[in-house]
Amino acid sequence: MDLILETLGLAQSAELLSLSPPGWGGNLLRGLANSLQIAFGAFAFGLVIGLFGANGKLHGGVVTRDLLAIYTTVIRAVPELVLILILYYVGTDLINKAAQTLGYGRVEISGVVAGIWVLGIVQGAYATEVLRGAIQAIPPGQIEAARAYGMPPLMLLRRVTIPAMMSFATPGLANLWLIATKDTALLAIVGFAELTLETRQAAASTRAYFTFFLAAGALYMTVTLCSGFVFGRIEKWARRGQPSLKRSKR
Amino acid sequence: MTSLRALFVPHRIVLMGLFIAFVVWCAVSLRWDWIPQYAPLALEGLWRTIWLLVVTCVLGFLLAVPLGLAQAVGPWYLSAPAKVFCTIVRGTPLLLQIWLLYYGLGSLFPQIPWIRASELWPILRQAWPYAVLALTLSYAGYEGEVMRGAFSSVNKGQLEAANAFGMPRFTVFRRIWLPQAIRSVLPTLGGETILQMKATPLVATITVVEIYAVSSRVRADTFVVYEPLLLLALIYMIIAGIITLAFGYIERQVPTR
Repeated sequence: MDLILETLGLAQSAELLSLSPPGWGGNLLRGLANSLQIAFGAFAFGLVIGLFGANGKLHGGVVTRDLLAIYTTVIRAVPELVLILILYYVGTDLINKAAQTLGYGRVEISGVVAGIWVLGIVQGAYATEVLRGAIQAIPPGQIEAARAYGMPPLMLLRRVTIPAMMSFATPGLANLWLIATKDTALLAIVGFAELTLETRQAAASTRAYFTFFLAAGALYMTVTLCSGFVFGRIEKWARRGQPSLKRSKR
Repeated sequence: MTSLRALFVPHRIVLMGLFIAFVVWCAVSLRWDWIPQYAPLALEGLWRTIWLLVVTCVLGFLLAVPLGLAQAVGPWYLSAPAKVFCTIVRGTPLLLQIWLLYYGLGSLFPQIPWIRASELWPILRQAWPYAVLALTLSYAGYEGEVMRGAFSSVNKGQLEAANAFGMPRFTVFRRIWLPQAIRSVLPTLGGETILQMKATPLVATITVVEIYAVSSRVRADTFVVYEPLLLLALIYMIIAGIITLAFGYIERQVPTR
C-alpha cells in the first residue's frame, strides 16, 4: 500500500489526509458529519413546511394562498446566501428578544440549529412546489372516495395523499436533498464548521489546496452518488404496483 | 398573468396596504443615510454582477451544446467524459469548485515560471478570471444535462427528412436539430439562469467586488445589519423578475403549433 502511494507520488497527500492529528482527515470527516446533520435536519424541516405549504396552496383560503405564493416566490428569487444572512440575523434577534422578555440573558445559538432553521425555510419553499405538483397529480377520484368514506383530513393525508403522491414526488425530493447537501457549504460563509470550511482551514494551514479541495469534492461526490442509489430504491418502492414507465411509453 | 381586476379583490387590497405600510415603516425608521456614500460603488457592483451573469451564461451555454450533444449521440469516448464532467459539477457544491479553482490554481500558477513571464499574468493574478471560469463550468454542467435531454427528444423523423434531402450534417444540426432543442429547453433555461444569478454572490468570497460584496462592505463599515441585506434582496428579486420577463418574451417569439 505504502509502496503504491510512494510510486504515484501521493505519499505526502496520504499523510496530510490521515485520520490521526498530524493529518487533517479527522477534521474533514467531522465537517462532513456536521454537513450531513444539517442537511438531514433542513430536509426534514423543509418537508414539514412543504407538506403544510402544499396543502395550504391547494385547499387554503385566499389569504393563505397569497401569502404562500409570496413566500415561495421570494425565497426562490433571492440567493440562498443573502437569505441565510437575513434569516440568521432575524432568527438570533427574535430568540434574544424573546429570551430577554422572559428574563434570561443573551442566548448563544448553536450553529447546527441556526443552519437547520435557515436552510429548512429555504428548502420549504421548494418542497412546497414539489409536493403541490405531486398532490395535484393524484387522480382526484381517490381523494374524493376517501372523503366520501368520511375520513378526517389528517387520516386522509396519512393514508391516501402521502402514499399516492410518493411516486410523483420522489424525483423532485431527491433533487431537493442534493440541493440541501450542497447548500450546507454556504454555511461556511457565516463561519459554521462544516465540510467546506474545515477543508479551507486545512488547506490554508498546509498550503496543499488541491489535495484538500479534491478530497472534499470526493466526499461530496460520495454523498451524492450514495443518495442517488438510495433515492432510486425509494422510487422503486414508491412505484410498486404501478406499470413501469418504460413499458407504458413503449 | 393576473389581470388588473384580480389584483383588486378586498383581501389583496388589505395585503397591499400592509405591504405599503411595511415599506413606509422601513423607509422611515431604518437607517438609509449610508446610501449616497456607497451608491457609486453599488452601481459598479451591480454592473459587475450583471456582467458576470451574462458572460458566464453565454459561455456556459456554448460549452453545454457540445456536452449535451456528446452525451446524446456521441461515441463512448466522448460521452463518458461529458457525463463524468456533468456528474462532478452537479455533485459538488459550487463554493467548493470556486475555492478549488481560485486557491488551487492560484497557488499553482506562481510556481510555473513561463506563466509568470507571460502576457496573461497580470490578468491571472486577479480574481475574476477564476470566478468566470467556475461559474461557466457550473452552468455548462447543469445545462449539458438539460441539453442532452433536449437533443434526444427532437423528432427523429425531421432529422431523417433532412438527411433524405441531402443536407450536410452540420447544416442539419444548425437548421433543424439545434433550433428545436433550444426551443424545447427555453422554459428550463429561464429557471437555470435565475439559479445562476443566485450563484453569483458566491464569487464575493474570492474578493470579486460585485453587489453582494458591496453590501457586506456597507455592513462592515457602518454596522447597519438589516438595511443593506433587505436592499440587496430587493435588487436580486428585480433581476430575477427581469430574467423571467425576458425569457417569457423570447418564448412568445417562438412560434408554437
